[in-house]
Amino acid sequence: MTYTTTHTLKRTPLYDLHVTHGARMVPFAGYDMPVQYAPGILKEHLHTRASAGLCDVSHMGQFALRAKSGRLADAALALERLVPIDVLGLDPGRQRYALFTNAEGGILDDLMVANLGDHLFIVVNAACKEADEAHLRAALSDVCDLERLDRALIALQGPQAEAALARLAAPCRDMRFMDAREIAILGADCVVTRSGYTGEDGYEISVPRDRAHDIATALLEDPAVALIGLGARDSLRLEAGMCLYGADLDPTTTPVDADLSWAIQAVRRRGGARAGGFPGCDVILPQIESGSLRVRAGFLPDGRAPVRAGSLVYDSEDATSAIGIVTSGGFGPSVDRPIAMGTVPVSMAMPGTALFADVRGRRMAMTVTALPFVAPKYKRRDRR
Amino acid sequence: MKFTDEHEWLVRDGDVATVGITEHATVQLGDLVFVELPKVGTALQKSNPAAVVESVKAASDVFAPLDGEVVEINDAVVADPSLVNSDPLGKGWLYKMKLKSPADFDSLMDADAYKLLIG
Repeated sequence: MTYTTTHTLKRTPLYDLHVTHGARMVPFAGYDMPVQYAPGILKEHLHTRASAGLCDVSHMGQFALRAKSGRLADAALALERLVPIDVLGLDPGRQRYALFTNAEGGILDDLMVANLGDHLFIVVNAACKEADEAHLRAALSDVCDLERLDRALIALQGPQAEAALARLAAPCRDMRFMDAREIAILGADCVVTRSGYTGEDGYEISVPRDRAHDIATALLEDPAVALIGLGARDSLRLEAGMCLYGADLDPTTTPVDADLSWAIQAVRRRGGARAGGFPGCDVILPQIESGSLRVRAGFLPDGRAPVRAGSLVYDSEDATSAIGIVTSGGFGPSVDRPIAMGTVPVSMAMPGTALFADVRGRRMAMTVTALPFVAPKYKRRDRR
Repeated sequence: MKFTDEHEWLVRDGDVATVGITEHATVQLGDLVFVELPKVGTALQKSNPAAVVESVKAASDVFAPLDGEVVEINDAVVADPSLVNSDPLGKGWLYKMKLKSPADFDSLMDADAYKLLIG
């Protein structure tokens, strides 16, 4: 075990809070980030599912996209040039999952887009944020102004998240899953979305940098709320069956390969009013109908040994050529067993299919399973 | 008790050494969820992987501190890896090995040298 620190790592506005709370800091996407605190990943994970976890995700990229015309629809239509998503149909105060695609139909990044009335609020992955900004500017500067928001982002997730946040900002209680609102918290102008990446009910709160410490500290005064690091965020994400960019998603993986066709609304598909018009649409849209050759699937390894990302997948114990690869894998604290996701031929992606993964030179039996591993607990709007 | 710079500890009884990982190592690794031990009879070579301990996040090798042969393993930590976290120097021992040259034991770090290493 060796530890290296480098002064070139960036710090989030909550760096001092992490250090004060005994975080183990690790380099992540150019930032010095907390991977865990004293209780450790296992307890932080379980605390989030039982109560509420607070995670600093300020390393992620935040942007405001405004149309030069001042009309939100123009910004929405412009963004639709880069994503296979119905942005125009996103109501004010609502958020949606989106993907930047490339000309080959692969995924450049996954992101969240919210309609805040006069602009679109966009959150992207930390490791991709410079590339995403350049991509947005290059493609949309004719119609839009892109503002990089130098703000903190705090994820508050778990069954007690609503009560904890409502203590500081009562209107958060009225929000439903994927709602997005500009709300004052302790007098600071915040953007609150009722969403997250854990499968739990909860919020992601964009706050001014200089108020991040106050707001995080106020949330942590609630005994239900505990700090969780990126380690727990990742195990929560995996149990929720969600994709990690750079692991489950990459420029050679199409949305159909990644089993993310649900993210592409009918209006952008063949026969839709705004079908296509995004990079790789000539690859992705036919694939939605015909299927791809490979697809993301969930795996339950037999026994207790975790099967990690990078493990090759075989269709028998003695097969010599791999049929797939594990893209995310580890131990699921809430399901108390190893869990994994990976990519396999469509013919082998049916739940119940018996497969094998190579772990340190041995073939470990595992079974394909439907995702997610833990059922989501979102507070959805009533369906009408 | 002796230590290695890979954060293993060992205690000798005649030509048999009991091997485990240090408290410092368990703190760095976090809660263990899986332990894989060598089979009894396995020939171990100093500094080669002998066992694997896995946390939620990652798998880590445990290296053989000296040359020898595995004579006993701790099935209790396989059944309950959290023993390694709760009692790393006691109930959380990993395996016992018959040392090829027991005299080499004395060349390993003592507790003071190890404390200096981990700061």
